[in-house]
Amino acid sequence: MTSVTSHFAPPRLSLRLLAVWRRNFLVWRKLALPSIVGNLADPVIYMLGLGYGLGMLVPEVEGVSYIAFLAGGTLAYSTMNAATFEALYSGFSRMHTQKTWEAIMNAPVSLDDIVVAELLWAASKACLAGIAILAVIAAFGFAASPLALAAIPVIFLTGLCFAALGLIMTALAPSYDFFMYYFTLVITPMTLLSGVFFPQGQLPDAVRAVAEWLPLSHAVALVRPLLLGELPTQAGLHLAVLAGIAIAAFWLALGLTRKRLLK
Amino acid sequence: MSPLEISGLVKRFGEGPDAREVVRGLDLQLIPGECFALLGPNGAGKTTTLRCALGLTAASAGSIRLCGLPVPERARDARARVGVVPQLDSLDPDFTCAENLLVFAGYFGLPEREVRPRIPELLAFAGLEGKENARIQSLSGGMKRRLTLARALVNRPELLILDEPTTGLDPQARHLIWERLRRLTAEGTTILLTTHFMDEAERLANRLAIMDAGRILAQGSPREVIAAHIEPQVVEIFGEWQGEGAAAWAAAHAHALCQRCEVSGETAFCYTTDAAPLLAHLAQRPGLRSLHRPANLEDVFLKLTGRDLRD
Ligand SMILES: Nc1ncnc2c1ncn2[C@@H]1O[C@H](COP(=O)(O)OP(=O)(O)OP(=O)(O)O)[C@@H](O)[C@H]1O
Ligand SMILES: [Mg+2]
Repeated sequence: MTSVTSHFAPPRLSLRLLAVWRRNFLVWRKLALPSIVGNLADPVIYMLGLGYGLGMLVPEVEGVSYIAFLAGGTLAYSTMNAATFEALYSGFSRMHTQKTWEAIMNAPVSLDDIVVAELLWAASKACLAGIAILAVIAAFGFAASPLALAAIPVIFLTGLCFAALGLIMTALAPSYDFFMYYFTLVITPMTLLSGVFFPQGQLPDAVRAVAEWLPLSHAVALVRPLLLGELPTQAGLHLAVLAGIAIAAFWLALGLTRKRLLK
Repeated sequence: MSPLEISGLVKRFGEGPDAREVVRGLDLQLIPGECFALLGPNGAGKTTTLRCALGLTAASAGSIRLCGLPVPERARDARARVGVVPQLDSLDPDFTCAENLLVFAGYFGLPEREVRPRIPELLAFAGLEGKENARIQSLSGGMKRRLTLARALVNRPELLILDEPTTGLDPQARHLIWERLRRLTAEGTTILLTTHFMDEAERLANRLAIMDAGRILAQGSPREVIAAHIEPQVVEIFGEWQGEGAAAWAAAHAHALCQRCEVSGETAFCYTTDAAPLLAHLAQRPGLRSLHRPANLEDVFLKLTGRDLRD
């Protein structure tokens, strides 16, 4: 009954998962302002600092000012960070430290419901943070076209993708310390290689061939043109890759979480 | 319909040669409206049995019906009719007392407008009048436990399952919880609780089971269990007479004066149907002090599960 196959069976869900999502939302709402400012401050400071500072040395990148180039990358990577943080640290604290999930499972809610709710919540929170960053970017005049609004569903999808990847780590983590490895070995290199701060054309060919498949690269490839008022090229491919990674990662995360908690 | 029926429950952790059988063929059948206590030392398998019953972990063998529904197939529907006080507190530290109840009711699909009016009553039941807006961090251990009890009642359960509800509480808090549990059984709620405390089981339970190492060793009403498993009188002997301690005394004399004698450190526990000859014998040895009392559940528990520490 507890075989590997049953752990990786498709999820069986109920609408009760909305109550779990709502629980996280209600907690967030209590501290919404500091939370948004926290998610906002770092990327905005980097964007303005690097954008205006380095922008003096780098007059134009791919035909636009450096800060306009940086804006799309900033939106994408800060969404990644917000989703990752929520799935890792907050998720682990609810799963392990606070035993929130255990309490919920005593009600007519399944672990599958909880993990899906956590996925949706982390993506929602990342999306809320992303919208705030988008507003700042727009206020500085770097998202003038209405096409920029199309970036919102893209950042939600980006949030889903990184929340799902993060939940794999959460399912495997023995303690919070474990997450440092994920940031140092995965998230930070991904941020540097995915065309956030400089075009991927600058990378050596071999590195670039790999880097182009990183999920953040696809998010950047979608978000940047939208902020610049252009339709992304190969949008279908980029969306499909993000969705594909989100589904595969979620399936793995769910299986590992079931294995951890239902044994 | 029995609120919980377990037959032949086996639970193994791990696979292959490392597998450990933690529950080994357990049968249990609750009678509607009763309070049933599951007694057992640390690691006996009490929590594991409850997790299986709730469908939170898959049984390795056996069958379970919770509120008449097969588990794990319909565990989710069954849990809608059950309240649970888990062994470890899992209140939501980000919420106030009232919010904890409201949000938890949400997991049962109960709308806020239905639950909000009941909150003062639920908090009062738990002895937490006026604590609606108190933060969880500001509650004592006993208050948290009582709030957890209130939380377990938001769905008006038919069956209330409590895993060590009073461990770590002061006597006042324990008595309040006992009183509330009696009130619940009086109103018709069936209760299944686990405990290490014999007095708790003796006071609350209509029936109880003593389990150890995954098996039930004795089952019945507290009186039945005592009558069936142990001699009715106990004389505890300690102290020293003419250089001879209680242990040495027991080795020399106990077999002739009582049916059974257990020595633990420097105390001898003599079990007997008639203590008079033993007491007369001890009267000749004033250095050996003794305590004569009726046998209780703890004696049965120690007889069945041994006096060694578990961990
Ligand atoms: N998830 C698990 N994986 C492996 N072993 C486990 C797991 N859960 C419990 N065990 C083991 O099963 C045995 C029974 O544990 P259980 O928690 O059911 O005991 P208990 O009777 O509730 O004890 P206590 O009074 O200490 O709460 C213990 O030896 C424990 O180490
Ligand atoms: Mg236990």
